[in-house]
Amino acid sequence: MPDLGLEVLFKGKNLMRILGGLGVALKISLISVAISILAGVLVGMLMTWKNPISRAVTRCYLEIVRIMPQMVLLFLVYFGTTRIFGWNLSGELSAVIVFSFWGTAEMADLVRGAIISIPIHQYESAAALGLTGMQTYRYIILPQTVRRLIPLSINLITRMIKTTSLVLMIGVVEVLKVAQQIIEANRMSSPNAAFGVYLTVFLLYFAACWPISMLAGYLEKRWR
Amino acid sequence: MSEKVLEIEHLVKRFDDLTVLNDISLDVHEGEVIVVVGPSGCGKSTLLRCINALEEIQGGEIRLKGEAVSKKSRNLPEIRQKIGMVFQSYELFPHLNVLDNITLAPTKVQKRSREEAAEEALALLSRVGLQEKAGSFPRQLSGGQKQRVAIVRALCMHPEILLFDEVTAALDPEMVREVLDVILGLAEQGKTMIIVTHEMQFARAVADKVIFLDEGVIKEEGDPDQFFDHPKTERAKEFLRTFTFERKHSHS
Ligand SMILES: Nc1ncnc2c1ncn2[C@@H]1O[C@H](COP(=O)(O)OP(=O)(O)OP(=O)(O)O)[C@@H](O)[C@H]1O
Ligand SMILES: [Mg+2]
Repeated sequence: MPDLGLEVLFKGKNLMRILGGLGVALKISLISVAISILAGVLVGMLMTWKNPISRAVTRCYLEIVRIMPQMVLLFLVYFGTTRIFGWNLSGELSAVIVFSFWGTAEMADLVRGAIISIPIHQYESAAALGLTGMQTYRYIILPQTVRRLIPLSINLITRMIKTTSLVLMIGVVEVLKVAQQIIEANRMSSPNAAFGVYLTVFLLYFAACWPISMLAGYLEKRWR
Repeated sequence: MSEKVLEIEHLVKRFDDLTVLNDISLDVHEGEVIVVVGPSGCGKSTLLRCINALEEIQGGEIRLKGEAVSKKSRNLPEIRQKIGMVFQSYELFPHLNVLDNITLAPTKVQKRSREEAAEEALALLSRVGLQEKAGSFPRQLSGGQKQRVAIVRALCMHPEILLFDEVTAALDPEMVREVLDVILGLAEQGKTMIIVTHEMQFARAVADKVIFLDEGVIKEEGDPDQFFDHPKTERAKEFLRTFTFERKHSHS
């Protein structure tokens, strides 16, 4: 059996530390996901408005988010705000701000896509049956939007969870950061630790995202 | 003569500067079946959409049992309940099964009980030969089946008048018949209907009165046999010729 460097995991509190790191990553992603979904639905509805100003603003926002790497945004918020405004944001708060900013834009675009993909005929045949505008939204448009949205937004959620690994760059102690610390600390005693520890990290991310992906796949089939 | 269900007076409909309907007047009586024919783009769909107030009108008046139909009416949803419409493209609600498609409006709009609405829906479905499809979703149905469901959905609201806009135009030829038979059955039951169609044989069989619409005006109206056998206007003759095929024999 080759030395996978797994033994370091069972030294002291290492495993607990890694799981704690995963906890931080999940906490950041869950808060950001919750904010992104709520804000994204509102911004997405705004995007479908004919008003040129709301269009231009939302368009701009989306482009900025698309162009900027999340890492740059992260540095900008974490270090930039300290420099310019003298704020001292914690790493976790900065991460939540950046991921929500990003997630809201992506979510909004999904919501916009789902709303405009519902054919005008659906509105018209609902109207022809005597449904009011509110009833049409409630019984016809929203259920179809949500069905289209759920698989797509679950995809976004898994991407957001994965991307939280970036926060180690600003010193938030999450799973990858813990992993690096453990590897560093055990460099002499167990040189192969890097493999085992990163393998564990991989498995943890997998365990967090896999069920979500499965759910997305299931819903996609069911609601096709 | 029986009671007037629908009155259209001097209807004018424009899209920007394009006048699509230019001073149309038409009365539809209880139990009457009106078939509207005319070349593509002459405004047949627009006429039906105006009757259902899906389009704003620029002049004239439309009344259903004396009540004005207009996009601005505050009780528009109530008026529309009395006007059943079936469109060319199947527009069932894809997230609801057949039964729920049919009972949604009766229960949510007319506040009828779910049991009563479902019972009627099933009875109507079996009349069009689809009782075993009640639990199916629209994507599991053929085009002809979808259109029959759409007709049942409109019927279940007990409308005063039914509007059909080329309901067979998007169907494969072998499915046209099953849908037209349903509409013929409705005519026999004495339903009041306005039917837009390109199926001339069917038009002749079902119509009490044929309207020939061309360039936004009613060019000809009258008895179906009269219209199809002896059209009065040159435009109508030309239009009817597009449905007959002749082989030009050339002997050299
Ligand atoms: N929303 C719209 N905006 C602008 N023009 C329109 C609109 N809808 C229809 N038109 C125009 O109005 C005219 C009549 O259209 P309509 O769809 O009523 O014709 P139709 O008689 O139903 O034709 P067909 O037999 O092809 O269905 C056409 O010239 C069409 O281009
Ligand atoms: Mg048409």
